[in-house]
Amino acid sequence: MNSLVMQRRVAVALLLALTVGGFLILFDGHNPFAAYKVLFFESFLNYWGFSNTLVKASPMLLAGLAVIIPMRAGVFNIGGEGQIYIGGLFGTVFALAAPDLPAVLGVPLIFLAAAIGGALWAAIPAYLKAYRGTNEVIVTLLMNFVAIHIVSYAVAGPLLAEGAPYPYSKEVAEAYRLPIVMPRSDAHAGFVFGLSLALILYFWLRFTPSGFQLDLVGRNARAAAYAGVDQKKTIIRAMLIGGSLAGMAGAIEVIGLKYRLFHLFSDGYGYDGIVVAFLAALNPIVAPLTALFLAGLSAGAGTMQRAIGVDSSVIEVVEGLVVVFVAAALVAPRSSSKSILKNLLIGGLFGRQKHSKKKEA
Amino acid sequence: MVDLVLLGDVLAGTARLGTPIAFAALGGVIAERSGLYNIGLEGQILAGALGAAAGSFATGSALIGLGCGVICGLVSGLFLGYMSIRLRINQLVGGIALNLLLAGLTAFLSRQIFGAQAGGARVEGFTQVRIPLLSDIPVLGPSLFSQDPLFYLLIGIAVLAWYWLMKSHKGLDLRAVGENPKAADLAGVPVFRLQYLAISISGALAALAGAHLVLSQVYVFAEGMSAGKGFIALAAIILGRWSPIGAVCAALFFGFCDAAQFKLQFSSPEVPYQLFLILPYIASLIALVILGAKASAPASVGLPYDREHR
Repeated sequence: MNSLVMQRRVAVALLLALTVGGFLILFDGHNPFAAYKVLFFESFLNYWGFSNTLVKASPMLLAGLAVIIPMRAGVFNIGGEGQIYIGGLFGTVFALAAPDLPAVLGVPLIFLAAAIGGALWAAIPAYLKAYRGTNEVIVTLLMNFVAIHIVSYAVAGPLLAEGAPYPYSKEVAEAYRLPIVMPRSDAHAGFVFGLSLALILYFWLRFTPSGFQLDLVGRNARAAAYAGVDQKKTIIRAMLIGGSLAGMAGAIEVIGLKYRLFHLFSDGYGYDGIVVAFLAALNPIVAPLTALFLAGLSAGAGTMQRAIGVDSSVIEVVEGLVVVFVAAALVAPRSSSKSILKNLLIGGLFGRQKHSKKKEA
Repeated sequence: MVDLVLLGDVLAGTARLGTPIAFAALGGVIAERSGLYNIGLEGQILAGALGAAAGSFATGSALIGLGCGVICGLVSGLFLGYMSIRLRINQLVGGIALNLLLAGLTAFLSRQIFGAQAGGARVEGFTQVRIPLLSDIPVLGPSLFSQDPLFYLLIGIAVLAWYWLMKSHKGLDLRAVGENPKAADLAGVPVFRLQYLAISISGALAALAGAHLVLSQVYVFAEGMSAGKGFIALAAIILGRWSPIGAVCAALFFGFCDAAQFKLQFSSPEVPYQLFLILPYIASLIALVILGAKASAPASVGLPYDREHR
C-alpha cells in the first residue's frame, strides 16, 4: 500500500469516526457542526484552550514514544503507565532530597532520576522477554498495578506532606518548576522537550546502525540473527529507552504541572501512549501530531460540554472509533507473511504496511 | 471469637469482590483458549452493567436486567470478534479501542436513559439466598452460603466451562484452534466459527461481571464502575494457568486480598494496606516467571489466522 493510499484511507477513517460521533451529538439534541466547531476552535485555535491541549499532549507524546521504540524492535510495551509512576516517584524523591541545587543542574538531574526509575521498571519485563521468553504484554500490564500501589504507599507514608488532608507529597522547590511557554497559562515546556526527543529518535532510527538494528530485529528476527545482530541486547536496549521515556513523562507531570506527587497522578497517559503510537504508525516524527490530536480531543470535550451542552462522553466514543476505523483502514486486504510477525505477538498491523509496500513496489 | 467473626467477614467479602473478577476471567480464558486476546473485558463489564441496569430499570425485574446485560456483552464480543477475526486488527489495539468506545458509549447512554440525576436511578436487584442447612455452618455458612444468586451461578458456570473446555469434543476443537489454527483447519475444524463462538461467550461472561456489580452490589449504574476489574481479570487468567477452575480460584484470591485490605485499613492503619493490593500481582508475576507461561498459554494466542498463508 503506498503512502498516498494510506493517507487517504486514514482521512476517510477519521471522517467516519467524526460522522458517527456527529449522529450521537444529534441524538443528544444538538447541532453536530456547531459542537465540532467549538471542539476544534477551543482546543487548537483558542489561546487558553490550546494551552490545555499542550499540557495534556506532553505526557501523551512521551508515553507514545515509549511505545514506539520498543515496538520497532518487536516488543509491546504496555507498561508505560507503571513506568510513568515509577519515574514520577524517582524524580520527586530526588527533587525533595536535593532541594537547593541550581535549576540548570537540578532539572536535568530530576529528569535523569525519572528516566532511571522508568528504565529500571522496564528492565524487568525486558530481561524476562529477552532471556526467558516471557510474554512482555502480560508482565508490563501486571507491573502497572504494582507501580500505582507503590506510589500510593509512598505518598500516604514516607513522602506524605505534613498536614496534608489527603495523600500527596511535599511541594518540589520552586526553582525546579518547568518554564511556562505560554504566559499566564499552565502550558509548560514539556511538549517542547518531547518534540526534541521525537526528532532525535527519528534520526537515530533512520540514520544510525544501532537504530536500524531495532527495525531489523522487529521485522525479521531470523535475518537479524544471520546479520549478527544481538537480538537480546537490542530488545533490552529498546525497552530501557522506552522505560526512560515514560519515566520522564512522570517527571514532567510532577515538575511541570502539579509540583507534587499525588496518588493516581497519571490519568491513564501510559495507555493513551499506545493509541498515540498506533495512530502515528510507529513513526516518532508523526507522534507529536497524533499526541496533539488526541490531547485536543480530550481537552476540547470538556469545553464543548460547557459551551453547547453536548455530553463529553461522545468524544470518548469518537476516540474509540478513530482507533477502530484507522486500524481497519490500515489493514491491507490480505495480510502478509505471518512468520515475520510471529515474534511480534501482535496481529502485525505495524510491520505490515511497510512490508507490503515493498511487495507492491 | 473476634477473629472468627473477622474471618467470616473477610470470606464474605472475598466472594462478593471476587465474583465479578471471576466472571471476567472465565470469559478471558475461553477467548484466549481459542487464540484470541480479549483486552476488551474492561469495556464489556461496563456494557453488561449498563444493560443490566437499563433492563432492570425499564421492567423492574432483575432477571430481565440480567438478560439484557448478557445480550449487550454478546454483541460487544461479536464486535471484538469481527475486528480480530475478520479485519485482523491487532488484537491488543482492538481491545483498547473497544474499552475506549464502551467507556464513552455507556456513559453517554446512561445519561440518556437515567437522565442527569446524580447518583443514577436505583434499580431492582437480587437479594441474598440462604442455602438451607449449609448456611447454618458457623463462619462459613453466613459468608459463603448466604450469597446472592449470581455467586452460585458463577460456581455452576465455572464447572460447566471446565467440562465444556476440557472434556467435551467441542472444547477440544476450540483448544486446538488456540494452539494451532492451521492444523485444526486442515482437520476440518470450523476455526472461524469457533473463534466467534468463544469471543461472544467471552463478552457475555464479562457482562455477567458487570451485571453482578449492578444487580448484586450497588443497584445503580455508575460511569467507569468496572474500575480496572477487567485488567485484574487478565492477571487472574495467568495466575489460573488458563484453566477455568484455576482462573476462578485466582479471581477469588484477588477478591480475598481486596477484602483483607479493606478490613486492614480500619483495624490496623499502621500496616500499609497497599501490601495486600500488590500481593496478587506479585503472585501472578512469580507464577509467570517460575512456572513459565509457555507451558500453559495457548501457542497461537494473539496471532490472527489467515487461511491463505503458510
